[in-house]
Amino acid sequence: MKLTMWTYEGPPHVGAMRIAASMQGVHYVLHAPQGDTYADLLFTMIERRPSRPPVTYTTFQARDLAGSTADVFKTACRDAITRFQPDALLVGASCTAELLQDDPAGLARTLDVRIPVVPLELPSYQKKEHWGAAETFYRSSGIYRRARTSGAGGPEQLQHPRSFRPRFPQPRRRDGNLPPARRKRHRCPGRGAARGDGRRSRSPAGGCLQYRALSEIGESAARYLKKQFGMPFVSTVPIGVGATRTFLAEVRALAGLSNDEPVGEAEDRATWYARSVDSNYLTNKRVFVFGDATHAIAAARIAARELGFKVCGLGTYMREFAREVREAAEEFGIEALITDDHLDVEQAIIDARPELVLGTQMERHIAKRLRVPCAVISAPVHVQDFPARYSPQMGFEGANVIFDSWSIR
Amino acid sequence: MNRPLVACDTPSATIRQRGQHEVFCGLTSIIWLHRKVQDAFFLVVGSRTCAHLIQSAAGVMIFSEPRFATAIMEERDLAGMVDMHDELDREVARLLERRPDIRMLVLVGSCPSEVIKFDLNRAAERLDRKYGSRPRVLCYSGSGIETTFTQGEDNFLAALVRDQSTHGASDKVAKLVVAGSIADVVEDQFARLFDEMDLEDVVFLPGRSSERLPKIGPNTRFILAQPYLGATAAALESLGATRINALFPLGEEGTTAWLKAIADTFGVSPARFATLTEAPRRRAREATAHYRPMLEGKRIFLFPDSQMEPSLAAISAASWMPRSSKSAAPICTANTSPASSPCCRPVSRFRKVRMSKSRSTAVVRPSPISSSAAWVLPIPSRRKEIVTKWSIEFAFTPIQGYEQAGDLAELFARPLTRKAMIAGDRSGSRRVAS
Repeated sequence: MKLTMWTYEGPPHVGAMRIAASMQGVHYVLHAPQGDTYADLLFTMIERRPSRPPVTYTTFQARDLAGSTADVFKTACRDAITRFQPDALLVGASCTAELLQDDPAGLARTLDVRIPVVPLELPSYQKKEHWGAAETFYRSSGIYRRARTSGAGGPEQLQHPRSFRPRFPQPRRRDGNLPPARRKRHRCPGRGAARGDGRRSRSPAGGCLQYRALSEIGESAARYLKKQFGMPFVSTVPIGVGATRTFLAEVRALAGLSNDEPVGEAEDRATWYARSVDSNYLTNKRVFVFGDATHAIAAARIAARELGFKVCGLGTYMREFAREVREAAEEFGIEALITDDHLDVEQAIIDARPELVLGTQMERHIAKRLRVPCAVISAPVHVQDFPARYSPQMGFEGANVIFDSWSIR
Repeated sequence: MNRPLVACDTPSATIRQRGQHEVFCGLTSIIWLHRKVQDAFFLVVGSRTCAHLIQSAAGVMIFSEPRFATAIMEERDLAGMVDMHDELDREVARLLERRPDIRMLVLVGSCPSEVIKFDLNRAAERLDRKYGSRPRVLCYSGSGIETTFTQGEDNFLAALVRDQSTHGASDKVAKLVVAGSIADVVEDQFARLFDEMDLEDVVFLPGRSSERLPKIGPNTRFILAQPYLGATAAALESLGATRINALFPLGEEGTTAWLKAIADTFGVSPARFATLTEAPRRRAREATAHYRPMLEGKRIFLFPDSQMEPSLAAISAASWMPRSSKSAAPICTANTSPASSPCCRPVSRFRKVRMSKSRSTAVVRPSPISSSAAWVLPIPSRRKEIVTKWSIEFAFTPIQGYEQAGDLAELFARPLTRKAMIAGDRSGSRRVAS
């Protein structure tokens, strides 16, 4: 048992829900009591989405426990298929339903539905939200295994679970950063992708590549697709100018394109802004970075190499990625903070005396108390991190946005 | 407009239906309870989902030292590798070491603790003995398989009442218990009115601190300030207290009826009652009159959330929505007070939420307002003529009493006003363009 006042990550079924809500034609039947329906708020209230997430909760009650909660689950599955007509069904249990041991996977098999059913085993008492998302993404990739090959061309696969990041770039806009020859060809499981899109990923070996946006979520799916279909993947995350250049070079190399003609450089204003005399005041500004591993590492590198800040703290709440963050911290000559206790983070921030904090909504709160400016770079985020304007974090335009939001504070 | 609250169209038959529904669980009531009882600490014994629920649903960031937390059960607790009672004791010890200011520790049961039959009563008794009632340790269930939203408060108040038999009472005897969490400002207003009526030994439940309650017994009368307190009423009655039946103190008429029932019980003369309430009644009427033109003739659909819906439907239909208005209030449980029986359209119980949703947009055709917590938000994106608001505001905003009658009407009127303002803007810019 562990006393928790604030948790950086939700339970794993919330991660699964985020993946389901990022795709089209997928519906998630979650065996859960009524209280778990609060998760709708994460999408309707916090993200201000115009629709509910594609989730059906079975909402069993105490009196159902005496009868058959399994029947409640089966009815919910049938109703969901009739009503939403999904292309694929994800089924799973929340923490309470896990204790009932109803086996949603087995029950779903007995349903005889004509669509693929992806059973999710998400151990609620061991794992957390990001793991749940990664597992769901990986299992969903399996939907395509049985799909027939279509040999035409090779689309780049961009893996993109939304919801884990503030200000996520629109895939449409990111086209500009890709080689012109490949524009409009990529599909993006995880963000607005439909099951049919994935079918096209099955193409002759070497003809396609994929891009893993967040190692926390995409790693297992990327490895699976590489192993199963021979799809190489790019693991550089294009946050910041340098990382974007590396990313584009890797994409070109894997796609067999020439690297002579740089693309999208005209969009990069952050580099010049950072070099301009007016930015001298940013020099050695002390910055404390905390978040999920991918964003924290990327933010620290941008801060140090592209903005000339001094990284005085770097950490993550994801113990699974402690090694990567520790390695990155060594680059800045500091020791990484690996903890999921916000009180430890607060103490570390106080000790580091930063002039800018880059963190999650919790660090924003801590920084506010300490009267230090803060920008949110990582989940968990809140409603103000979903701005109305187009505000990407990745690519050259993303680097411009980052320059603006970190330097004016 | 001044029709009596009970008058209405012929009520249709209640629709009874079971199925999926979307409401908060009882844990959510911790959000206002921890603010109300200022030296209590609410410790949920549950899962990561419970912790995530409270921090997400509350929509608030915790401040330096929140007065609620979750003891998250882990794999080794469930696998029997450790004794969960020992684990809980250890976490409680850690908590109390950090927070010696806690005077009442409330263990709150959740879905998982309920399913594995973790005996919180035993744990509470043991911890209470261990710490010699410093702090006092109580428990109640806020589990989502048994409670919805406000029922958490109901269970908490019932536990507070039952606690008298364990921890005893203060030396005083309570003459009147006002049960139901109301905002401090409302409580102060009521307390002032009770003073003027020369009522003594009035106890508000829950109090602002965790001091022992005055003795509740056969000489105690109690009245509910909130509609969802079935278990609390039963607990009070089991100690011998007698209930005063009344409408709930919403709006000018509801508040008057509520106060009148108290005044009559304690022999306050009608003339004196009229003198005392005349000025605040007038203020309430004036405050409400401002919003009436906006609300008249509108239809409303209230989704099941807080179980305040039947009372809200009644008050809105009687006070500012004329005869043509319709309200429907599906509710989730059967234990709302009979005095709150709604006056208008069908009350449906255990209703499937998706069907309620179609009903709200198809059958009842609410012209302005639909009202619900979370998932009502997407409705206006598809049905632009429907105006929505969050019913959770009814649980968080002070709406009871005379001085708040205007605020209550404003809560209904605000989304309409806002829609009118924004639409007005657009037509304005069109004119400029042409």
